[in-house]
Amino acid sequence: MAEKVTILIDGTVHEVECGTTVAAAVLNAGRSLFRRSVTGAGRGPLCGMGICYECRVEIDGVLHSRSCLVPCRSGMEVRTDG
Amino acid sequence: MSGETFDVLIIGGGIVGAACALEAVRSGLKVCVCEKGVIGAGATAAGMGHLVVMDDSEAQFALTSRSLQLWRDLADSLPVSAEYQVSGTLWVGADDEEMAEVGRKRSFYESRNVRVEVLDPRQLSEAEPHLRSGLAGGLLVPDDAVVYSPVVAKFLIDRANDAGAVLREGVTVSAIHPHGALFVDGTTVSAGVVVNATGSWSPGLTPGIPVQRRKGHLAITDRYPGFVNHQLIELGYLKNAHAVTSDSVAFNVQPRQTGQVLIGSSRQFGVDDPAIEAPMLKWMLERAVEYMPDLTGLKIIRTWTGFRAATPDSLPLIGPVEVEDGRLWLATGHEGLGITTSLGTAELLVDQILGRQSQIPTAPYFPDRSLREDIHHG
Repeated sequence: MAEKVTILIDGTVHEVECGTTVAAAVLNAGRSLFRRSVTGAGRGPLCGMGICYECRVEIDGVLHSRSCLVPCRSGMEVRTDG
Repeated sequence: MSGETFDVLIIGGGIVGAACALEAVRSGLKVCVCEKGVIGAGATAAGMGHLVVMDDSEAQFALTSRSLQLWRDLADSLPVSAEYQVSGTLWVGADDEEMAEVGRKRSFYESRNVRVEVLDPRQLSEAEPHLRSGLAGGLLVPDDAVVYSPVVAKFLIDRANDAGAVLREGVTVSAIHPHGALFVDGTTVSAGVVVNATGSWSPGLTPGIPVQRRKGHLAITDRYPGFVNHQLIELGYLKNAHAVTSDSVAFNVQPRQTGQVLIGSSRQFGVDDPAIEAPMLKWMLERAVEYMPDLTGLKIIRTWTGFRAATPDSLPLIGPVEVEDGRLWLATGHEGLGITTSLGTAELLVDQILGRQSQIPTAPYFPDRSLREDIHHG
């Protein structure tokens, strides 16, 4: 049984397995709109390996963090544009 | 096209050439504009798009303030994508010496009816919370603006086109003479007036004119809405920018409508290679971080360079120049103020072509002035 950590996604508490990336946690929470483009179009993870920058969200106040590269940590606050 | 005759042939489809084309066609002239690449792709696209009233000399003030008026007249008809935004300029003073400069600028502007406001350290920090503490104050010029220049250049060209101007895009001129131009594909265009508006390329077509390439670097961040509210420029900028013999950088940061932060600036003479130079970029960014330490938390997504067309007295060349077999016309040498002064330049140029009275004196920008020793400025 993997260890669990608790994070906040847009103010809602989510329990995820330790080692889960933020991208996976947001998708598992049933969300696919991670951010909005400059013209307002919805965007979400594409490459899953830090190259495409499509999965950016705000993590602990840092804008434009690539959610696919960041593992969830206990108490982390994630904000999407969704 | 070959053999067709125009009243005015404009070489260069940057914002200066585009503005000149629109002004000329609106004045009833038959106009052709030639651009070797795409409209607004040179210094027009590389620059910051800062619309600023300057006080280095009476002539510079006259041209920039007249141009700002023309920008205000144009603003309502610009497309949203032109991102015209009255952000104001905030000149930042770091010490007592620079605050003395704030006082001098204030009286200069106020006596010429330009609105300004002096900020103390607390007001400066409230206006721009991400500036470092310990700065001495600033001078806010609230009516200055910013714009996305390549879109404006395209807009001006399209309007000129709608009004009957002919556009030749993607054609390279190999030579110009007082009665027309020869293209690399062997075609020619004839005109009564030929205008060289090719910015830093202009000495290539009109050898001997005092225009030098002055390279600049810029960087732009991802979107951080509200991080910076005004166009910010350090007052050390003036000393730095006027050091014509050596490389320099200055803190010069601009908010874009997208929330992106545009970071400048650098100046270099004697470099023709457009490649990013890591030491210059590093120096420029370090200077910016000295003023705004929180910039280190922002992500830069793109860096690029461009070439300003600099003249010895920092004023553009607008008007005719005598050559062997007649006269050529120049609208070049705008250095870092070409976006601001494009509209005023167009007015002055077409006034001269048609023999009309201008809103401001035209003599300070005559191309032949730089041949004289007794020129006064600043």
